[in-house]
Amino acid sequence: MKIIIGEGSCGIAAGARKVREALLNQRAQSEQKLVIGKTGCIGMCFLEPIVDLYTDEGQLLSRLVRVKESDAKRIYSAALDGDLSEVKDLVISKDDASFLEKQTRIALRHCGLIDPEDISAYIASDGYKALEKTIKSMTPEDVIETIKISGLAGRGGAGFPTWFKWNAARKAIGEVKYLICNADEGDPGAFMDRAVIESDPHALIEGMLIAAYAIGASKAFVYVRAEYPLAIVRLEKALAEARAKNLLGENILGSNFSCDIKIKAGAGAFVCGEETALIESLEGSRGMPRLKPPFPAEKGFTNAPSNINNVETFANVAWIILNGGEAFAAMGTETSKGTKVFALTGKVKRGGLVEIPMGLTLRDVIFDIGGGIRDGGTFKAVQMGGPSGGCIPEHLLDTQIDYKALASTGAIMGSGGMVVMDEKTCMVKMARFFLDFTAKESCGKCVPCRIGTKRMHELLVNITEGRGRPGDIELLLELSNGVKAGALCGLGQTAPNPVLTTVRYFKDEYEAHINKTCPAHECEALKKFSIDAQKCKGCTMCARQCPVSAIKGEVRAAHVIDQDKCIKCGACLALCKFGAVVSM
Amino acid sequence: MCENCQKSDLSKLTPILEEFSGDKYALISILQKAQEIYGYLPTDVIYEIAEKTSVSPAKVMGVATFYTQFRLQPIGKNLIMLCKGTACHVNGADSIERALIEELGIEDGGTTEDGLFSLKTVACLGCCSLSPVMMINEDTYGSLTPEKAKEIVRNIRLESK
Ligand SMILES: Cc1cc2nc3c(=O)[nH]c(=O)nc-3n(C[C@H](O)[C@H](O)[C@H](O)COP(=O)(O)O)c2cc1C
Ligand code: FES
Repeated sequence: MKIIIGEGSCGIAAGARKVREALLNQRAQSEQKLVIGKTGCIGMCFLEPIVDLYTDEGQLLSRLVRVKESDAKRIYSAALDGDLSEVKDLVISKDDASFLEKQTRIALRHCGLIDPEDISAYIASDGYKALEKTIKSMTPEDVIETIKISGLAGRGGAGFPTWFKWNAARKAIGEVKYLICNADEGDPGAFMDRAVIESDPHALIEGMLIAAYAIGASKAFVYVRAEYPLAIVRLEKALAEARAKNLLGENILGSNFSCDIKIKAGAGAFVCGEETALIESLEGSRGMPRLKPPFPAEKGFTNAPSNINNVETFANVAWIILNGGEAFAAMGTETSKGTKVFALTGKVKRGGLVEIPMGLTLRDVIFDIGGGIRDGGTFKAVQMGGPSGGCIPEHLLDTQIDYKALASTGAIMGSGGMVVMDEKTCMVKMARFFLDFTAKESCGKCVPCRIGTKRMHELLVNITEGRGRPGDIELLLELSNGVKAGALCGLGQTAPNPVLTTVRYFKDEYEAHINKTCPAHECEALKKFSIDAQKCKGCTMCARQCPVSAIKGEVRAAHVIDQDKCIKCGACLALCKFGAVVSM
Repeated sequence: MCENCQKSDLSKLTPILEEFSGDKYALISILQKAQEIYGYLPTDVIYEIAEKTSVSPAKVMGVATFYTQFRLQPIGKNLIMLCKGTACHVNGADSIERALIEELGIEDGGTTEDGLFSLKTVACLGCCSLSPVMMINEDTYGSLTPEKAKEIVRNIRLESK
């Protein structure tokens, strides 16, 4: 039997490395040495750390979840004896296992199944066959045609047809052409790209090489965000292994196609996810977007023709070449083909990576796969597309996952972040959160974005801190339209979306805030403290400690808080030994 | 060069500048490596890089202040990066931040007097399913509660005594 540990960043954060050490300890003490291997992210982050038991032939026997160091002894001995009854309590439940069974995995096809640090594991699962097929039997035009048939659209957010960009870069005139992979993944709440690089780096490399062949690029970069150290380490290792096998570098597989890939680590700036800002950053400058046109296909990195795609876009490519464009296009809807990966998080029961065919509904993903809301809460909204996207309310849960259908809600497909919120999430504070983010991340080049987002953020701070005034909502909308129309790049053009969607679907919450209540009871400044007369013993403690003497009452009689004086510091709540102070 | 700024050991820069010599697009990579060496970017290091790469000091400074990764001040022994991304926000990152501020007595961007901790909020660590999340140096801590966050900090403080 083989023991395989899930070691993506989430697994490691949940304690996977400690579990590995404990298992290695067990092995050291044992006569029989079982294989203890690793794999990347299985995608069931809510169950990490995960340990899989495989037969020597590679068949999954059992998946153990939420494993602790202290379980190592019985796991090792169960694997030795082949008697799984010893670890019965750790085996994944049927319900949780359905999380994976309902998915269709193409971009994530190897994630959690192979060792990401071993090229032979990738090769053994049809790895680099698509590259070989491409180089030996296809012209660049054939590749572009296949991608066109597949209907693959950019997974980085905008959903632009991939073949079209490749074709433009192929046709552009230039001695040197560049291929760039956008692994900046700046949308907070999204981690699909990290998972692909950490779990299946060769799928990215193979996809990039096929693209490079199609457009005629001999140099390629992967721009990885600095917050992903493990992804960088694994990708570096994968590149070295591929180079050693002549799958990368000069005269790949003996052909006259040459291409090398370099890693560039980002330095922390959300706007660098925007393609022209990314190019500026690659050139060593401040990441400030350029005016388009010219598009990167004509003038990109060092003004040479360049093509930029997202990690997930590339991760689909080898599969499409091997299985044909038609097979990919057979999945999905009229306007959106294939599958899409989502990072499902927030107040959902089962959070993790979900890859599903386009055309399923939001409800399918959040309730069927994600198991609905945790801790007995009720669904309020789902945020898609991060700072450029919006919040989709309950009555639109049957919206299909499709570029057009999602855009009609005011949100966007985005790169795949899906953050679920329950009734305890304040939607105005959510909008404030995103505007805080975009105002900080605005590069400062254009005025509508630099000043507009700041003003919008100020209004939202006022509203959530109880200083909202009638007319603020209208002012927010006016500013939103101004910023959208006037901003130079996608950051500013989409920054108002979180405000526009929350005003559209949750206007009552904005109005309530202006009337000094937060329906979700989240905004500190709008909380109301009161004293439960039944529980109050009249100990006078709170009255003596209240910094503004807002509490009055006789000894041994129930006390009362003067709401006009109260500054909502919460001191009384923390002090009361009888649980008589309540905050609403 | 400024007169009264600190004196860093600039010889440590030589191998980096050699590695990237001739690559006029390498400024960010050079700054990243320099920060690895010095822990931050001292002024004299910035001037030295500008001179040796023939880029104006203004541009080097411009790049160093544009990206959040770069620091112009030294940081504490343990860098706490608290995630305030969307998923962490929804799952209570604000209360974790308050707990850390209370425990450490510093705000976002500050360093404790004993030089043990620096606190920095970041936008997403990519471990959203374990939110709220923080990273201390290389280690990630997930599913935090205010109490748990304080305890982690206290343990590190004890260990380094
Ligand atoms: C503010 C902003 C941030 C972006 N961030 C990312 C990102 O983190 N990752 C990404 O792949 N695309 C991002 N994009 C989209 C890119 O500009 C570009 O469209 C994409 O990388 C193209 O790849 P695709 O066609 O494969 O989607 C961002 C766009 C904007 C305007
Ligand atoms: S939002 Fe905190 S780790 Fe992603």
